[in-house]
Amino acid sequence: MSVMTLAQALNSALDTALDDPRVVLMGEDIGTTGGVFRITDGLQRKHGSERVIDTPVAESGIVGAAFGMAIAGLRPIVEIQFMGFSYPAYDQVISHVARIRSRSRHRFTAPMVIRLPYGGGIGASEHHSESTEAIYTHIPGLKVVVASTPENAKGLLLAAVDDPDPVIFLEPIRAYRAARGEVPDGRYVTPIGAGMLEQRGSDISLISYGAMMRETRDAAHRLAAEGVSAEVIDLRSLVPLDADMVVASVEKTGRAVVIHEAPLTGGYGAEVVALIQERALYSLRAPVRRVTGWDVSVPLRLAERHYLPSTGRIMSAARDVLEA
Amino acid sequence: MSLEPRQVLAADGTVIDRREPDVSTLATMYAAMTEARLYDRKASALQRQGRLATYAPYEGQEASQVGAVAPLAPEDWLVASYRDAAAMHLHGYPWKNLLLTRMGDERGGHPPEGVNVTPPSITVGGHMIHAVGIAWAEKLKGTGAVALTMFGDGATSEGDFHEAMNFAGVYHVPTVFFCQNNGWAISMPRSRQTASRTIAQKADAYGLPGVLVDGNDVLAVAEVVAEAVDRARAGEGPTLIEALTYRVQGHTTADDDRRYRAREEAAGWLARDPLERVRLWLERHGAWDEARQSGIEAEASRRIEAAVAEAEALESLSAGEIFDAMFDEPTAPLAVQRHRAERSAR
Ligand SMILES: Cc1ncc(C[n+]2csc(CCOP(=O)(O)OP(=O)(O)O)c2C)c(N)n1
Repeated sequence: MSVMTLAQALNSALDTALDDPRVVLMGEDIGTTGGVFRITDGLQRKHGSERVIDTPVAESGIVGAAFGMAIAGLRPIVEIQFMGFSYPAYDQVISHVARIRSRSRHRFTAPMVIRLPYGGGIGASEHHSESTEAIYTHIPGLKVVVASTPENAKGLLLAAVDDPDPVIFLEPIRAYRAARGEVPDGRYVTPIGAGMLEQRGSDISLISYGAMMRETRDAAHRLAAEGVSAEVIDLRSLVPLDADMVVASVEKTGRAVVIHEAPLTGGYGAEVVALIQERALYSLRAPVRRVTGWDVSVPLRLAERHYLPSTGRIMSAARDVLEA
Repeated sequence: MSLEPRQVLAADGTVIDRREPDVSTLATMYAAMTEARLYDRKASALQRQGRLATYAPYEGQEASQVGAVAPLAPEDWLVASYRDAAAMHLHGYPWKNLLLTRMGDERGGHPPEGVNVTPPSITVGGHMIHAVGIAWAEKLKGTGAVALTMFGDGATSEGDFHEAMNFAGVYHVPTVFFCQNNGWAISMPRSRQTASRTIAQKADAYGLPGVLVDGNDVLAVAEVVAEAVDRARAGEGPTLIEALTYRVQGHTTADDDRRYRAREEAAGWLARDPLERVRLWLERHGAWDEARQSGIEAEASRRIEAAVAEAEALESLSAGEIFDAMFDEPTAPLAVQRHRAERSAR
C-alpha cells in the first residue's frame, strides 16, 4: 500500500499493465513530457518509445491505428488529451471499435482502452471541460467506466486493459491531484460492472460517479448533520450499470437524487432514473431528482461556477425529495 | 516547388535581391510587431498574476502573424487559432476581446460587426475547412473576398487539414492556407509530425501551389501572402504557405518546455528575431531612433493597458446569462433551467 493521488494511481496502473508485452500506449505528448496531465510520466523512459508511443496530432488516426493493433492481437491503451478532443475519433469509435465484434461475429475484436480526461472545475479554455459520457454510453458495444478514488482508478484501469472488449475510461480531471488515498501495490482489478456502496444510509440514495462524487459525499456529510441518513453510491461503471445495487438501495430508502455534471437532457442520469422507475417504482416515496449541469456549453472560467452542480444544489434537491 | 524558403530581409537587416522597401511600409509593420510583442508579454504576465487562464504565447512568430494579414483587405476573412492573437488583432479583432476569451469570458468571442475574423479555434485542425466554406461562399456571392486560415505544423496531421486542402483544390476556392511551422506541437518536433520534408510540398498532391517562406521575415511573408491573395482574388484558386518560424516560449503558460527541448535551440532562433532585423534596416535608413522606439512602445502599451482595464471592468456573466446564447430564442426547457440556475445562485 502507498498513498497516491488519482493521477499517480493511474500511472502505477499503466506501469503495471505494461508488464504484459501486448500492451502499448499511444497518444499526443505522452512520451517525453508524460502527457499533459503527466499520467504517463516516466513510462517511455522505462518501457521504450516502441511501446509508449508519441503520435502526431490526429485523434482519428490514434484510435483507428490502435483499433488495428487490437485486431492484430495487441492491447492498446490510448490517451486523448481531453474528452473534448475525442470527437475527431468518434467515427472510429462508433463505426469500428464498438462494432467489430458484432460485425465479425466474434472473429475480430477490439480489446482496447480509450482514456479520456473529462470534466470541468479547472477554469480551462473552451473544449477542455467537457463531460459528454452520454455520447459513449449510448453506443452499443462500448463499456464505459469512471473512477473517483485512486484505488478504484488503478483497479478499474487494469480491469479495462484485461477486458476482452473496448472500454472508454473516463478520468475526472479535477480529481487527478485532489483525490488521494491508499492504493495497493502491484496488480489487482476493480471489477467492471460493479458499483460501490460508499456509505450506507436509510433516508435517501445519492447516486453519482467520477468528479461529482466529491460534492455528493460532501452533501451526504452535511445532510447527516441535519439528521438525514444518506446512502452514497459511486456507480464507477456506467456501462454495464450495476442495476441491482441501485435498485436495492432505492427499495430501501424510497428516495433518490442522481448527480452528474454533464448536461441534463439525454444525460446518463436519465438512464438511472428510468431504471429506478422500471424496477423500483412502488418503493418510491417521492419523484427522483436529477442534479446536473445545464443544457449549455460549459462556461469558461469566470462563469463556470454557475454551471457545475454544487453541494448546495445537491442538498436542496435532497431536501425537496425528503419533504415531498 | 522550391525547397528554399523565400527571403527578402535577412537576419542582419539587409535586403536580398530586391528594390529597397519603402520606409513607411516597414515602419508600420515594425510598429505592429512591436505592439504584438508587448501584448504577448502582457498576457503572459497577466496569466502569472492569475488574471488570465492559460495563454498561448507567440513570441518569435510576430513576422508570420503580421505578414500574413498585412496584405488582406478589410472584407477578407481570417480564420485563425489560439496562438494567433497578433494576426487577429491586426485584422480588426480587438485586444479586449482576445483578453476576455483568455480571462474566461464568452463575450470575447463577439468581435465588432464588420470584423471578418472568427473566434480563435481551440481545437486543432477543425477550422481550416471553415475557411474553405467561407471563401467558397464569397466566390458564389461574387464578392471577390478571400479567406486566410492560420494553423500550426501539428494541425497538418489532423484529417480535417487534408479534407480542407482537397475541397479547396477541387472547388478552386479563394482560400489561403497559412501554416506557421514553429518547430513544435507541444512536445513533438516537426520531424515527428510528418515524414515529408516540408509541409509546403503537401500542396502538390492536392493540385495547388505550395510556398515556403522565412516566417521571421515580415517582408517575405507579406510578399508570398500578397501573391496568394492576388491569385485567389483573380480566380486562380488556393495556395498553401509554410512559414518557417519558432515558438520561443512554452506551448502555453501551463507548459514546461525544458522537459522536451534544449535551451540552445531557442538561442539560434533568437539570433533570427523577426523584430530585430526590421529595426536594423530602419536604423540604417535613418528612419529610426530611441525616441521613435519609445514612442511606438508607449502608444502600444497605452492601447493594451486600456484594453486590459476595459476587459477587467466587465462584470462576469451571471448565472442567468450563461443561458443567453444557446439559441436565437431560448427554448422552453432552457427557460426553466435558467430560472433554477438563477434561484440557486441567490
Ligand atoms: C483536436 C485537438 N487535439 C488536441 C488538442 C491539444 N493541443 C492543443 S495545441 C496542440 C499542438 C498543436 O500544435 P501546432 O498545430 O503545431 O500549433 P502550435 O501550438 O505549435 O501553434 C495540441 C495537441 C487540441 N486542442 N485539439
